[in-house]
Amino acid sequence: MITSERLDTIFTAFADPTRRAILARLAIGEATVLELAEPFAMTQPAISRHLKVLVKAGLISQSRDAQRRPCRIEVKAIEEAADYLDNYRRMWESSFERLDDLLEELKEDGI
Amino acid sequence: MNNTFNLTTPSDLEIVVTRDFDASLNLVWQAMTKPELLKRWLTGPPGWEMVICENDLQAGGAFRHVWSIEGGSEMSMHGTYDEVTPMVRMVRLEKFEFGGGVQIGEQHATAILNEIGGKTKLTITLRYANKEARDAALVSGMEDGMAASYTHLDDLLASQ
Repeated sequence: MITSERLDTIFTAFADPTRRAILARLAIGEATVLELAEPFAMTQPAISRHLKVLVKAGLISQSRDAQRRPCRIEVKAIEEAADYLDNYRRMWESSFERLDDLLEELKEDGI
Repeated sequence: MNNTFNLTTPSDLEIVVTRDFDASLNLVWQAMTKPELLKRWLTGPPGWEMVICENDLQAGGAFRHVWSIEGGSEMSMHGTYDEVTPMVRMVRLEKFEFGGGVQIGEQHATAILNEIGGKTKLTITLRYANKEARDAALVSGMEDGMAASYTHLDDLLASQ
């Protein structure tokens, strides 16, 4: 079960367009901070701040080894985040199933 | 009937939900608009119930749904209708609040009904001011998690 604190950090991580673009870039392969900063016309510290948010949310990890310290996407965490969509679907579907039941009752009542 | 449910995001600002119901359009319209019927199916996340349902079903008319859970937490959805064409479509602005009136988002909702071969297709289009708000709505759609995160928010606000 995902805690509400974790929900908040993932929520925050996804809320920013730059961070979503970073995730999209990392989805095709790992990259260094410098490589990530390039297409955004942002300073390295600015990108680093975004990366910190993504690391905190567990959506990416940053390798400790060597100077390059490449970032990579955490597939499991992304999949977990995708489960939210399933939850959203379930929220609707559970309401609609109750509506199915109600409609059957109304039909039986001859309304 | 379950496999008729469909969820799409046709643009960055929208969520579209469609679902077929094995009932006449008239019956589905009534279930979606009459407060005493809405209370019976639009009960919210597990453990919640709709305690207040007001619905002035006309252009410019206001509606208000309030849900509560044992222990006292409340959330509500309210707003006004832009358009109501009976048995065809309704368009309204939906604003969500939690606890003591903390605004947690709004969406512009259009519900359209079509009767096809004795079944009724419901199409709900939800439109948001920006992509962030749309994504937030998708992420907040947890059943237990939603209630849990609201409780968390409540605690957070109480501690301020």
